[in-house]
Amino acid sequence: MNIIAEISRWAIPLLLLLIPLLAYLRKVPVYESFVAGAEDGFKTGVRILPFLIGMLVSIRVFIDSGALDLLARLLAPIFNYFGLDPNLTAIIPLAILRPLSGSGALGVATQLINQYGPDSLIGRLASTLQGSTDTTFFVLTVYFGSVGIRKYRYALKVGLLADLVGLIASIWIVHRVF
Amino acid sequence: MVNLIWLIMLATGIIVAAFTGRIETVTTSAMKAAELGVEVAIELIGVMSLWLGLMRLAEEAGFIRLLARVFGPVIRKLFPSLKPESPALGAIIMNLSANILGLGNAATPFGLKAMQELQKENPNPEVASPAMITFLALNTSCITLIPATIIGVRLKANSLNPTEIIGTTIFATGCAMTIGIIADFIFRHRRSQ
Repeated sequence: MNIIAEISRWAIPLLLLLIPLLAYLRKVPVYESFVAGAEDGFKTGVRILPFLIGMLVSIRVFIDSGALDLLARLLAPIFNYFGLDPNLTAIIPLAILRPLSGSGALGVATQLINQYGPDSLIGRLASTLQGSTDTTFFVLTVYFGSVGIRKYRYALKVGLLADLVGLIASIWIVHRVF
Repeated sequence: MVNLIWLIMLATGIIVAAFTGRIETVTTSAMKAAELGVEVAIELIGVMSLWLGLMRLAEEAGFIRLLARVFGPVIRKLFPSLKPESPALGAIIMNLSANILGLGNAATPFGLKAMQELQKENPNPEVASPAMITFLALNTSCITLIPATIIGVRLKANSLNPTEIIGTTIFATGCAMTIGIIADFIFRHRRSQ
């Protein structure tokens, strides 16, 4: 485990050193090429801006208005229907938010971990769920938006199905392991 | 479907706020979220410029092509529509590696770059190509070896074992990714018939 943590820690400094160094040795005008490539960063950032704002506004209003909590309460009977631990309903807001907003989900996960304790069932489940998938909606709208795709076809279905599987797998494995 | 979900989130939010007597939260939330969108995009411009600059160096030095040649055959199994020498392969590999290593802010620039390359090979520029959908399915359910952010949260909350969730996380992501790939495969073939 430590090895992987060390790789994560060293990856960026090593890339920052090795890519320019080896490029220089291969006669690439390193600084000029870097600047030429970096230019695209601004264009891409500006292009995705409206998609970010559109998504964030809708999600924020949904969360802050209390609609998220209301939806979570409406969904609670489904958890009970499957014979799951009734305490698990605390996880529902996070499960709904996970595909929608990365920062929103992290906020809820942090709150759950602090409220129930990191080593409680809810704390472990929230941790696992938070790390288990990326924010499908955000990735789809921003990535497709950045290149002007308007028809997503079956992309959303695939992403949300994977999220659902991630949720079920998280609940199952956390019960199994701990 | 995205249009509908966007509308439903916004509309139910406003209706719930109206009925619970908190209609002013809608105004403040909407304004704050719009500001936050700009902040996120500006931050992204910084890291994106850095990584795209480095990527250009790597391209001109021939590393990306090397990477594509080494890992390309495996990746191309998932993207049968891509040409063997497709420049998208390099960006896809960089994005997936960044995801696996948990370098979230590097993954996004490579991912957007991959989308641009995939778009160049897309016959219909307004409609998602199968390769794009496969890429996003992989990207949204990609395994991260170290979920660093959540470990940090657990550490701060005085967990006795902050890293104990790594195994469960990898298992859950592995399931999500497997089903994502299978579902993508099924949908792709059903549509093409």
